[in-house]
Amino acid sequence: MPTPTDIKTSWPDAIYGHFRRVGIRQVGYVPDAGHSRLIELCQADNAIADVVLTTEEEGVGLVAGAALGGQRAALLMQSSGVGNCINMFSLLRNCGFGCVVFVTMRGEFGEFNPWQVPMGAITEDVLKLAGFLTYRIDDADAVDDIVGAGCDMAFDGNLQVAILLSQRLIGRKQWTR
Amino acid sequence: MLDRRGLVRQLLVERGDLLVVSGLGSATYDVAAAGDHPLNFYLWGAMGGTAMIGLGLALAQPHKRIAVLTGDGDMLMGLGSLATIGVQQPKNLAIVVLDNAHYGETGMQASHTKAGIDLVAVALGCRFKHARVMSRIEDAAEVRKLLHAGEGPILVSARIGEEDVPRVLPIRDGHAIKQRFIAAVNSA
Repeated sequence: MPTPTDIKTSWPDAIYGHFRRVGIRQVGYVPDAGHSRLIELCQADNAIADVVLTTEEEGVGLVAGAALGGQRAALLMQSSGVGNCINMFSLLRNCGFGCVVFVTMRGEFGEFNPWQVPMGAITEDVLKLAGFLTYRIDDADAVDDIVGAGCDMAFDGNLQVAILLSQRLIGRKQWTR
Repeated sequence: MLDRRGLVRQLLVERGDLLVVSGLGSATYDVAAAGDHPLNFYLWGAMGGTAMIGLGLALAQPHKRIAVLTGDGDMLMGLGSLATIGVQQPKNLAIVVLDNAHYGETGMQASHTKAGIDLVAVALGCRFKHARVMSRIEDAAEVRKLLHAGEGPILVSARIGEEDVPRVLPIRDGHAIKQRFIAAVNSA
């Protein structure tokens, strides 16, 4: 039996497992501490093109281009990055490009930096307004189930799905250095 | 200064299975005017995203050639995407910026390139394999060859005139444009 600690630290592996299962071939991301393990897993996989972006909205175009070429793509971003994407999200909605976005949350649950709070507090609402189905994960033991369902809905139905990884799940940012 | 319609027509002549992504506004009208084609993905919005759509497509279809045709305003809005493309080094991607140094859709206000901002220098700084200015129509055959066989990433800044040309409006339904394109890629 995995211990709670194992589960807590292995959620990126669970997401990666679903990337393999549904055939994600491109992953766009801006470097992020919360996503670091998942990014490393994608970088180590020759079947996945890992595309580092200068801003998250580039990733929206990447998803559309991948789909036009017959590939599935996922995006990894922080909650602040969602705000950078709003107009570009219209591309997904307007053309019906299936997309799954993984959002590591900031600005909640013990956030030490008030500058993260305004965007973090509206991230889920913004995604809904932009046409996304949103699923929030607070508990590590729900990751596999929700990520699996979210990926299936995105790519079976050409829907836009966002999975919010809460700050409780990923851990409060430590500023001890 | 190049005639934009004549230029785009010459670049897309005998295009074979060249995959074309056109940026919103005049670039989309120019590509439509050169002849509607199922391998055209016309953008009517998503300003700043055209080059990145080209990148996603280039990574997904490494054995096909991708041409992004867009305006200077769209390219400027997505300037960071040149750096992102530079990291990926897609050999099969070329971007043609139809550069009239103005925002045509909003009333011909000057763009940054009007002030001398140099997209070719930016592309070279972003490790593009080839980046050049094009200002003579006599070079169209050479640029067309680049689109089909040059080692990417490539950027061509085509200095087009400021003249207003009649709009040629292709299909606007995003789902229809997408489905038609995907079906054509699958059978190309």
